[in-house]
Amino acid sequence: MSGPKGWTMQIPAPFDYERASDVANALTLLERHGPESRIIAGGHSLLPMMKLRLARPEWLIDINDLAELEFIRREGDQLRVGALTRHTALLESADVAELFPIIRDAEQVIADPVVRNRGTIGGSLCQADPAEDLSTVCDVLRAQAVIRGPDGERIVAMSDFHRGPYETAVAQNELLYEVRFTIRPRSGSAYEKVERRVGDWAVVAAGAAVGLSADGTVEETAIGLTAVGLDGTVPEAEAVLRGQQPREDLFVEAARIAAAACHPVDDQRGPVDYKRHLADELTRRVLRRACARAAGAKEG
Amino acid sequence: MTTVQEHAPNPAAGDPGRPIGFGRLQRKEDPRFVRGKGNYLDDIVLPGMLHGAILRAPVAHARLVSIDTTEALAHPKVLAVITGKDLQALNLAWAPTLSADVQAVLVTDKVRFQGQEVAFVVAEDRYAARDALELIDVEYDMLPPVIDARRALDPGAPVIRDDIEGRTDNRIFDWEIGDAAETEAVFAAADVVVAQEVVYPRVHPAPMETCGAVADFDPVDGRLTLYETTQAPHAHRTLYAIVAGIPEHKIRIASPDIGGGFGNKVGIYPGYVLAVVGSIVTGKPVKWVEDRSENLMSTSFARDYIMQGEIAATKDGKILAVRTSVLADHGAFNATAQPTKTPAGFFSIFTGSYDLKAAYCKVTGVYTNKAPGGVAYACSFRVTEAVYLVERMVDILARKLEMDPAELRLKNFIKPEQFPYANKTGWVYDSGNYEPAMRLSMKMAGYEDLRREQLEKRERGELMGIGVSFFTETVGAGPRKHFDIVGLGMADGAELRVHPTGKAVVRISVQSQGQGHETTFAQIVAEELGIPPESIDVVHGDTDQTPFGLGTYGSRSTPVSGGAVALVARKVRDKARFIAAAMLETRPEDLEWEKGRWFVKGDPSAGKTIAEIAFGAHGTVALPEGIDGNLDAEVTYDPPNLTFPFGAYICVVDVDAGTGHVKVRRFIAVDDCGTRINPMIIEGQVHGGLTDGVGMALMEIIAFDEEGNCLSGSFMDYLIPTAMEVPDWETGFTVTPSPHHPIGAKGIGESATVGSPPAIVNAIVDALMPYGVTHMDMPCTPARVWEAMQGRARPPV
Repeated sequence: MSGPKGWTMQIPAPFDYERASDVANALTLLERHGPESRIIAGGHSLLPMMKLRLARPEWLIDINDLAELEFIRREGDQLRVGALTRHTALLESADVAELFPIIRDAEQVIADPVVRNRGTIGGSLCQADPAEDLSTVCDVLRAQAVIRGPDGERIVAMSDFHRGPYETAVAQNELLYEVRFTIRPRSGSAYEKVERRVGDWAVVAAGAAVGLSADGTVEETAIGLTAVGLDGTVPEAEAVLRGQQPREDLFVEAARIAAAACHPVDDQRGPVDYKRHLADELTRRVLRRACARAAGAKEG
Repeated sequence: MTTVQEHAPNPAAGDPGRPIGFGRLQRKEDPRFVRGKGNYLDDIVLPGMLHGAILRAPVAHARLVSIDTTEALAHPKVLAVITGKDLQALNLAWAPTLSADVQAVLVTDKVRFQGQEVAFVVAEDRYAARDALELIDVEYDMLPPVIDARRALDPGAPVIRDDIEGRTDNRIFDWEIGDAAETEAVFAAADVVVAQEVVYPRVHPAPMETCGAVADFDPVDGRLTLYETTQAPHAHRTLYAIVAGIPEHKIRIASPDIGGGFGNKVGIYPGYVLAVVGSIVTGKPVKWVEDRSENLMSTSFARDYIMQGEIAATKDGKILAVRTSVLADHGAFNATAQPTKTPAGFFSIFTGSYDLKAAYCKVTGVYTNKAPGGVAYACSFRVTEAVYLVERMVDILARKLEMDPAELRLKNFIKPEQFPYANKTGWVYDSGNYEPAMRLSMKMAGYEDLRREQLEKRERGELMGIGVSFFTETVGAGPRKHFDIVGLGMADGAELRVHPTGKAVVRISVQSQGQGHETTFAQIVAEELGIPPESIDVVHGDTDQTPFGLGTYGSRSTPVSGGAVALVARKVRDKARFIAAAMLETRPEDLEWEKGRWFVKGDPSAGKTIAEIAFGAHGTVALPEGIDGNLDAEVTYDPPNLTFPFGAYICVVDVDAGTGHVKVRRFIAVDDCGTRINPMIIEGQVHGGLTDGVGMALMEIIAFDEEGNCLSGSFMDYLIPTAMEVPDWETGFTVTPSPHHPIGAKGIGESATVGSPPAIVNAIVDALMPYGVTHMDMPCTPARVWEAMQGRARPPV
């Protein structure tokens, strides 16, 4: 995300505010206040947009009291993460570090500690900024989103969750409840970002996950890119690796395909050719690291 | 933080942690800052205070067709909406700048930069004021903008300043200095000549606290109290008196705690004037405080120099001459705040630290449709650009000659015996001893080992760079005969009063923006009088409380006010001698001074401390003829010359060959600012300036698109460095006192900002040598470094 072109104000337009007491109450409030109401969690995306008057909700429904949404639980072959889980909690979780090192990689380069103490995984995913790191991470981990609404709960695959920049499958009267990650044996993952400065949005970032079979060949893999206009993952690049022993020439080929598949735009962070180069370079790096981690991972 | 050569313990202190005089002393002002008890402009709340907000132009160049304020005025909380037409009636629509130009306070005829002030709303609270801005309906007739300074003088370019009678183009000035013919002759005969375009892009001071004012006009006695974020309260008061016609004795300017200035808070901004007008119109106090976006888009920027540099040398590395031709982008109004009688400030110090045969420069200033300003940001009135140019050129020459850049510098320094040194553009450097500083920095860096490591890394394809810069700063303006701001000579006053119990108050005319004045100036008095710094209060920032003087910028507080404070303390000390003599019933000439007391020569037990003397002065003892019954004094100090601090900086970077990302691994800074008053404060100043330098070298630029939209109007896009981008600073020092300053101090405020960008860029270019890169312009973002590696380095503008 970039700031606005030209002059804008930095004080929000008038709005009303209500604090939800539980998830059911939050859904009721969303229903009551209708399309001009917005959920606020950490507020690190919405509040700046409101201050710049790029967003003008009439109602803010604050869910920061909903402790029921703040959890990281390992259950069977799943890691379940509540939508209100703060970035810091993800960064500090031993389960996350062990099972999904890509999340830890990404959390280390998301904004700064102050933002990470407030910002949430649910807020990041629902904001769906094209330069948002956790969207790529969840794509690559083929996570599932648990969404609650007036009609109950539904589970949406990440591939169906994202509907384009700033748009998701979460309807106006719904709330993202939880994100589920499937734990796989012999798996590894990695994320790397190039930014102009710590805390800046990505110039480009890449994420990869691999699951190896018992003989060490790649059974499952996913490659994702951040801030270069890529929807979801890159199946053609993933196909290069599947069924093969991890090798540098395959990383190179997969990265070449991934870089060709994205659609970067020229901006203050860099020109198109540089971003495409980074997509290539960073994909190679994360594939190497993810495969090395998978090779060193527990048998599960 | 690593520091070599710790300051010697102060013998007078007993406890080295609490020096009486110079030495490492924790800042007296810090307890209130670290406890959140500072008093900043926005902390000021007056009874009945209203809030102002400025409507700004959304476009860069457009004729103003109409403004409809009806709806805004109908807002229940709005008390006034002021437009350019209203100001015209008061003869306040245009105000003089600090560079003999005028600037619109509110647009009357046309918009000349995006973010320019169009209307001012006064409302009951700051939210309502902002909401009402959206209710003002403005019609613009769009004009083609002039954004690229290189095209500003094209025939047929739109004329930005059609308000100035007879103006047919965008040229502000052409100015030259040095001997063109002599320089040409040296160049023609030289073995080696290298040329390079060097761009110092537009950057912004971006102080943590934005600008603001609270104006309180008393309609009964016609008195204006104006709280302002200003680095120069006294100069502001005189200017308001001249421009607004309010008698000077009826104006009080009070500058509270300032959250960073860096030159951003020298000038008078339209917002300040509008707060005053708002208070006059409504009869109530009016507060105006900028948003971050307003600060970045409309207040004084810095740099924006496109420099064509040339350097001539013999084939064995004797530098003969430097020549440059500069295109200076001054924005829509020439509002440069600088004290020289020439339009490029101190830029003519581009001869650097080297003994040259000839030098010449030519500067052309142009108008563009961008925000005005031009000298702000810790630049010593364009020494920053000058040092960057010459230090890049010397490095390019070193590459051409295949010489080590440190060795080339050592070979060409002005020698210690040449000081005072008159350079080829009219400056007289007061003192210097450059080689020891350079050698110390190389020793601290382990220069030879670094070069060996670099060679090994290059063989493995890793990119490591070592950058050297050596700078000579030019600070401390006056003398008043040479330097002034709109005719006010650059001198500063100090008043010292020692109370009967020996506690003291010193009042100064400069205003701290974080420099630690309350500590440094107390230490100067302490050093001269031998009373502890804790017993000395420093009063500053309020024109009703302090003597006249020009303020804090251009690293002038210690060189000028520091001199004033030392002299006023000596005046008190001299007076104390007469009073002590009366108290001891002896003659003044029979007394001898030791830090803190006068005693009878040959009888040290018979003496009087400053506290005893102060009580005596106010007591009952019969005083000698002509000695008043107090221990007070005042002076105005007019420095005889500028001071010339210098330093040797070495930067080590690692560049990621795959991404172009630069990591500043080490930075060694050896500074010589003459006598060191408080080494902790000096180190703090150096750390801050070096961090600034990393910002400018790696990430900072105020960028525009072709339509003149500012692309850097928030901290999302105008990047300033964090602790993560800077290394553990390694600082060292040498001491070469100024021969003309009362205590030999030279000033340190801007040295690191001036000296660090070339060291960092030189290091990056050095790292990229395997790719054949000989130059790249700032900011060295990953993308721009990668482009340079592809052989496609391009200027940022």
